[in-house]
Amino acid sequence: MAKQDFTTPAFREDRANPAMVPGAMEHSSPFFAKPEHNQALGFPGELVPDWERKAVEKLGDLLKKNRALKVYLDSCVKCGACTDKCHYYIGTGDPKNMPVARQDLLRAVYRRNFTIGGKLFPGLVGAKDMTREVLDDWYKYFHQCSQCRRCSVFCPYGIDTAEISMAAREIMDHIGVGQKYCNEIIGKVHTIGNNLGLPEAALKDTMEGLEEDVEEDTGVAVKYPVDVQGADVLLVTPSADFFAEPHVDGLIGYGKVFHQAGINWTVSSYASEAANFALFIGSYEQMHKVAVRIRKAAQELGVKRVIFGECGHAWRVAYSFLNTLAGPWDFLDPRYPVPQHICEVTHDLIQRGALNLDPSANDDKVVTFHDSCNVARASRMGDAPGGQFHIPRAVIKAAVNKYVDMAPDTICEKTYCCGGGGGLLTDDLMELRVKGALPRMEALQEVVDKHGVTHMAAICAICKTQFAKVVPYYGFDMDMITSVHQLVGDALLLGTKE
Amino acid sequence: MSLLTVVYALLFYAATVILVAGVAYRIRLYATTPAPLKIPTMPAPLTNTGVVVRMARELFLFESLFKSNKWIWLFGALFHFGLALVLARHLRYFIEPVWTWVVLIQPFGIYAGFAMVAGLAGLWLRRIVVNRIRYISRASDHLMLALLVGIGFSGLMMKYVARTDIISVKAFFLGLMRFDWQPLPADPPLLVHLGLVALLMIVFPFSKLLHAPGVFFSPSRNQADTAREKRHLAAWAAPLDAQRDA
Repeated sequence: MAKQDFTTPAFREDRANPAMVPGAMEHSSPFFAKPEHNQALGFPGELVPDWERKAVEKLGDLLKKNRALKVYLDSCVKCGACTDKCHYYIGTGDPKNMPVARQDLLRAVYRRNFTIGGKLFPGLVGAKDMTREVLDDWYKYFHQCSQCRRCSVFCPYGIDTAEISMAAREIMDHIGVGQKYCNEIIGKVHTIGNNLGLPEAALKDTMEGLEEDVEEDTGVAVKYPVDVQGADVLLVTPSADFFAEPHVDGLIGYGKVFHQAGINWTVSSYASEAANFALFIGSYEQMHKVAVRIRKAAQELGVKRVIFGECGHAWRVAYSFLNTLAGPWDFLDPRYPVPQHICEVTHDLIQRGALNLDPSANDDKVVTFHDSCNVARASRMGDAPGGQFHIPRAVIKAAVNKYVDMAPDTICEKTYCCGGGGGLLTDDLMELRVKGALPRMEALQEVVDKHGVTHMAAICAICKTQFAKVVPYYGFDMDMITSVHQLVGDALLLGTKE
Repeated sequence: MSLLTVVYALLFYAATVILVAGVAYRIRLYATTPAPLKIPTMPAPLTNTGVVVRMARELFLFESLFKSNKWIWLFGALFHFGLALVLARHLRYFIEPVWTWVVLIQPFGIYAGFAMVAGLAGLWLRRIVVNRIRYISRASDHLMLALLVGIGFSGLMMKYVARTDIISVKAFFLGLMRFDWQPLPADPPLLVHLGLVALLMIVFPFSKLLHAPGVFFSPSRNQADTAREKRHLAAWAAPLDAQRDA
């Protein structure tokens, strides 16, 4: 059971040198998956006999399959460039949350078993045998990495701790040590189609409810279609968009955009989830299986385009991996990239004058934008590098009059994770989530103080859930978190382009 | 032929074989291990030419390190660029006649020797005084610095304190290359210098010095951002498609 009594970290006076508190997060450990959660994904139910040897064997297998893992384990020179870059280190001070120290938990076992130096002189090079103590550290600290890739920006060799964390989690799954949050959710996607386990009937109900709400609010009959054969667009969006706040206002916004642009769209009850949590556990096979649902839905519904809603890691898998996992997409309309991000679509419509937006509708707000880690550092939008920074901002600025950015070392490629990414958005890791949000909260406080910022927009379901839950710890109101497409939806003059 | 000459001659043959074969083996391993997914750290270049430019910025400007920490960047650059110039300067011991550009850089190479040792000293100091870097340092990290400082220091000793007969040193190395062994002067700084260099060559393929070939194979830096346009598929992952489409 994770410790729940903790104090919210204070904003730092000296940001140059985060204080080090060894062992500060040694008690932090997410719930273990139950045997049935693991078995549903084809992993052993519980810790297997001879697990020490099997873990090393699996590491050997991954080293043959993944160049990144091999190069990253060999190349680190311990220069220290990454040591103060992780939000979890900044927020907790636990030295094992420094990216290089986290990598070293796995690197020690790699060196012991796969390098001459580690076999001959383990003490000299920090090589360790796979022991219970090592496994415990792996489980704790590889579940204190949100795979946000911030460290990889600063590493002179581009070493990405996310790759190491994913490998460690995959090894643990293969010896029967799974994390409940991720594995239970992936199981739900395999059986029901989305993370929340929302069945088809409930989904249709929810979407009908949205239609009624929007019509009541605006007097315009905006459609929120499910499983419509022959629709032009399949919208794949995180299932949190169907009911969570502030996510659902984003979904309402997408529907309004499609409505005004005259785009014929649908969601699928079979592939009703954009997020692919298999990324978090580093399993290519699981990620493949989840992604293929989208391919099947697109084929069965006969759509021409696939568009993703606001979701961070989902957009990473969609943008960077969907072609690999579920392509080729030659059965879709070749005039559009596959897949497209909803922000790309909205941006393009704004550029072409297809949307009537009245930004004064949002004049009660001063908005800033949180770049979601995996959108920023693991994907792109538009035609040019950096579109993932420029396009969401352009969309926001078309929908609001008052926009400011947070400090430059906390946005764009240097953005901080919200603190809940990478499979950590679970209540059993609340302390970690609150502490990991520290650098983002500091940056937010600055723009609140200096520019009177009232709202922080995000384009990720995890960011939105995490912030809504965590900002009150820092004295902010949870309602200050908003979807980008809520701003768009509120500014859109429905009924003017019919 | 003195025993000393024989020992050093054999040592350098062995060190060369280990260095070349070891690094070649690693490079082959890196080159043949598949990268199953597109994982460039974004924003990334859209073309291969762009990737070459990005890599060049990493190699010649240490761009990412500059973003990260100006002190590590400064000391790292002093050391690496100093070392590069020093190595270039040392080419004169291995070629006859000496190429013009090698002759021209000789005076700069001397300053580079100091820059190299100063950079190493700065890095070592940080490894000791900055608590985060102290925490991540193992004995091998300190030994590697000691080895490099030892090489630099013994080299500077020969230049400024106890000069050695570099004509004979050159004859020794040319002799090694031509398999016509020549005697090696028995000056202590020279023997220390050469011994440490040979040791460095031997540990290179088994240590963190693999970052030198590694950086070229880092998928987060060497991949172009073309995921939507071009399907990227590893051979081991391809059979999953057949299952999918069955």
